[in-house]
Amino acid sequence: MGLLSDPVRRRALARLVLRLNAPLCVLSYVAGIAWFLALAFPPLTQRTYMSENAMGSTMVEEQFVGGDRARSFARDFAAYRRKSGALPVAWLERTMRSVGLEVYTQSFSRKLPFPDETHERYMVSGTNVYGILRAPRAASTESLVFTVPCGSDSTNSQAVGLLLALAAHFRGQIYWAKDIIFLVTEHDLLGTEAWLEAYHDVNVTGMQSSPLQGWAGAIQAAVALELSSDVVTSLDVAVEGLNGQLPNLDLLNLFQTFCQKGGLLCTLQGKLQPQDWTSLDGPLQGLQTLLLMVLQQASGRPHGPHGLFLRYRVEALTLRGINSFRQYKYDLVAVGKALEGMFRKLNHLLERLHQSFFLYLLPALSRFVSIGLYMPAAGFLLLVLGLKALELWMQLHEAGVGLEAGGGPGPSAPLPPAQGVGLASLVAPLLVSQAMGLALYILPVLGQHVATQHFPVGEAEAVVLTLLAIYVAGLALPHNTHRVVSTQAPDRGWMALKLVALIYLALQLGCIALTNFSLGFLLAATMVPAAALTEPHGPRPLYAALLVLTGPAATLLGSLFLWRELQEAPLSIAEGWQLFLAALAQGVLEHYTYGALLFPLLALGLYPCWLLFWNVLFWK
Amino acid sequence: PLLCRNFLDQAEQFFRSGHTNNWAVLVCTSRFWFNYRHVANTLSVYRSVKRLGIPDSHIVLMLADDMACNPRNPKPATVFSHKNMELNVYGDDVEVDYRSYEVTVENFLRVLTGRIPPSTPRSKRLLSDDRSNILIYMTGHGGNGFLKFQDSEEITNIELADAFEQMWQKRRYNELLFIIDTCQGASMYERFYSPNIMALASSQVGEDSLSHQPDPAIGVHLMDRYTFYVLEFLEEINPASQTNMNDLFQVCPKSLCVSTPGHRTDLFQRDPKNVLITDFFGSVRKVEITTETISLQQYSEMESSYKEDQMDEELMEPLKYAEQLPVAQIIHQKPKLKDWHPPGGFILGLWALIIMVFFKTYGIKHMKFIF
Repeated sequence: MGLLSDPVRRRALARLVLRLNAPLCVLSYVAGIAWFLALAFPPLTQRTYMSENAMGSTMVEEQFVGGDRARSFARDFAAYRRKSGALPVAWLERTMRSVGLEVYTQSFSRKLPFPDETHERYMVSGTNVYGILRAPRAASTESLVFTVPCGSDSTNSQAVGLLLALAAHFRGQIYWAKDIIFLVTEHDLLGTEAWLEAYHDVNVTGMQSSPLQGWAGAIQAAVALELSSDVVTSLDVAVEGLNGQLPNLDLLNLFQTFCQKGGLLCTLQGKLQPQDWTSLDGPLQGLQTLLLMVLQQASGRPHGPHGLFLRYRVEALTLRGINSFRQYKYDLVAVGKALEGMFRKLNHLLERLHQSFFLYLLPALSRFVSIGLYMPAAGFLLLVLGLKALELWMQLHEAGVGLEAGGGPGPSAPLPPAQGVGLASLVAPLLVSQAMGLALYILPVLGQHVATQHFPVGEAEAVVLTLLAIYVAGLALPHNTHRVVSTQAPDRGWMALKLVALIYLALQLGCIALTNFSLGFLLAATMVPAAALTEPHGPRPLYAALLVLTGPAATLLGSLFLWRELQEAPLSIAEGWQLFLAALAQGVLEHYTYGALLFPLLALGLYPCWLLFWNVLFWK
Repeated sequence: PLLCRNFLDQAEQFFRSGHTNNWAVLVCTSRFWFNYRHVANTLSVYRSVKRLGIPDSHIVLMLADDMACNPRNPKPATVFSHKNMELNVYGDDVEVDYRSYEVTVENFLRVLTGRIPPSTPRSKRLLSDDRSNILIYMTGHGGNGFLKFQDSEEITNIELADAFEQMWQKRRYNELLFIIDTCQGASMYERFYSPNIMALASSQVGEDSLSHQPDPAIGVHLMDRYTFYVLEFLEEINPASQTNMNDLFQVCPKSLCVSTPGHRTDLFQRDPKNVLITDFFGSVRKVEITTETISLQQYSEMESSYKEDQMDEELMEPLKYAEQLPVAQIIHQKPKLKDWHPPGGFILGLWALIIMVFFKTYGIKHMKFIF
């Protein structure tokens, strides 16, 4: 009577599904990719608009004129910094106090798991200096943060100068309803992380820091500034944060409205804003910006101090002043006015920014794609996995239909259900893959000292090479595990394993796509075809090559090349390889220092899943 | 007798408006810094009303937020209604009766209807009688049929109409002028049904009332358009003006206001052109100094004329009430089946059908075990 319980109807349905499955999968995959590429085009992108009523228009009068003061502060800071080699804490304290802030310092230290070769540091210790401007007539219940990260490679002295000049200007105004914290951190993001952890009284990354002496209330929003020249030609804004978190779109809208008001040239991902959205040029440029944002968000790195603020649900942006060869330049007063306007508007806030989107993609500074419009792309890709899983399920559970789409020569003997026989043969590959993933996660950092004793490599190189070694060792697995597992696995056992692997992959990618769409989509776009096509029969070398090329490591390599290509600074193979090794090291390091999740996700989640498919491919 | 008739004519002219005292209830319903303009609206009407003679003891001022002392105010202790800080409507002696979270729908309705707990201070009461002319001014954010109070509750036009009816039944007003400056303000006076009410609104249903006077130094809009032009109009009025309501209806045409102001006078007894602005906005004591001596009549003649006046009064007051509670229908109600319900047998039949299908599918042989 029912469609699923009547054997005749079931057979017909199964035949239909099996016959249509391949075209449906291909169609779904193509639809997913096409939908993603169409995201930059007008019906799917919308103009941005300010959703928060309290921050209505740019109706403020900016009165900042302290450009000279900012420059003199910057010169002094640079000089003291050169003299002392580290952050000139005493000078900063003195200056902030003279400007009228309540000054506090915080010292922190951290021993990194292995030496960081890009920043050349291992045992890091430093001091953060911050000054609090108390709101004249309000209780200190809320605050805003203006932060400048100072590292050894980027001195940001003009940013510090502008910070001090703005602090002096803000101190003379009486309309502040929130406290403003002016924060100068040492060692870039490590200092920011230490300060944030101490401010919110948590310890998530193992940083040792002295407790803070002064607090200012719940932080509503933060702006980070990186400026290394007296004049700028454009301001670049970075939004992607740790683990792909994004600030509320209203903050970006606020920045963009002040850019327009002040006539500043503002860029996103280093790219200019396309003016012409009606023809094809604008959307194509938007597509490039979109792809850059996807790649940056997928990497899960905090692209500036703002990325670390987002974890505490503090909306934050990083502004970078860029001095290129353009003719028209803006001085510190223009930048200062934009910042003053932003802070004045943020001052009007009554609640945390919550009216606008938290999940979006940006083809341009004034256009966005909301989650409701970009999610179907990932949905279509995961549908392929679902369809494949359904096909395998039907093949495993029906009696009397041959493997070929046209139907077999007649009903063969009913097969025993796959679970009963194949359970043992399923558990083994699963456990072994997960063990390999665990090894990939733990061994590199744990075994670095052993590796440096036996091989002439530095610790960072040891970690990276161990990573690669374990990754490649996983490829040799199927040939070994089959000696361990009983060889009585039936011929259909691979179907059950592939079914489990498909569902596992679909679950993981689905969960990832919900929180970090870019990472989920990127991994799905590369892994789904390989996962769907893999089977022991058929051209094994071809499938093996496909599977290796779409594995997590190769995806990382490919996306690095794509990223640099989009930034119009293409890499040669050697450079790309070096960058790849550096990226691996950075990924592991950031997991330990900031809690970035890309490394554990790939090592503990996707790599075992990928190994399962490798197992399926080499099923004997 | 001639002198007495003259006196009576003069007296009739003297009391032609029918009211002896004036009250004002001024309500600003929105809080938060970006609603600065609603507080400025209310304070400008307060200022005009005080200037024209209504004392603080006869004004109930309800402000939902304190803009003058808001930490975001660059000019503390001031509320400006014109940009470039021309006019500070906060002034030196503002007496706010209901402030901050006390401005709720319940408190507003209690003020209007007089159902106030005994402990309420006198300044928070509307002690009007049946010879009071009351001006009620409301501003804030509104929609079609409601006005938002404080971001958490609303008052509907029906509640407001019922409150006014309660006021009429309790003889708490002689005439009422209701002015509202919100989006879709005309919807708030659509449901009034009590007599002697005149209503003005800043915009029709489906239109938004717009703000005016953006001031970059303070960072907010300072006033709404309709009240801004009403304020300009009222600044020209002095206690002796003879300007009438028809002029007030002309304030802020569509070219200036962008929205279309509306008014409603069908419930009002007098012709608007005979109603002075100061009848509602001011507290004008009519004093006539006469150098003649008037000898009053004997008591008995006064009584007869008093009775005549009473009869005239009765004829002058056509009391019409809308049928609010159709008691007759309620008492003699028959249970009428308004909705069609399927007959009870239908359910039984349906179940029988289900059972038949069940047995047909799984074998008729099971049936004999049941029946």
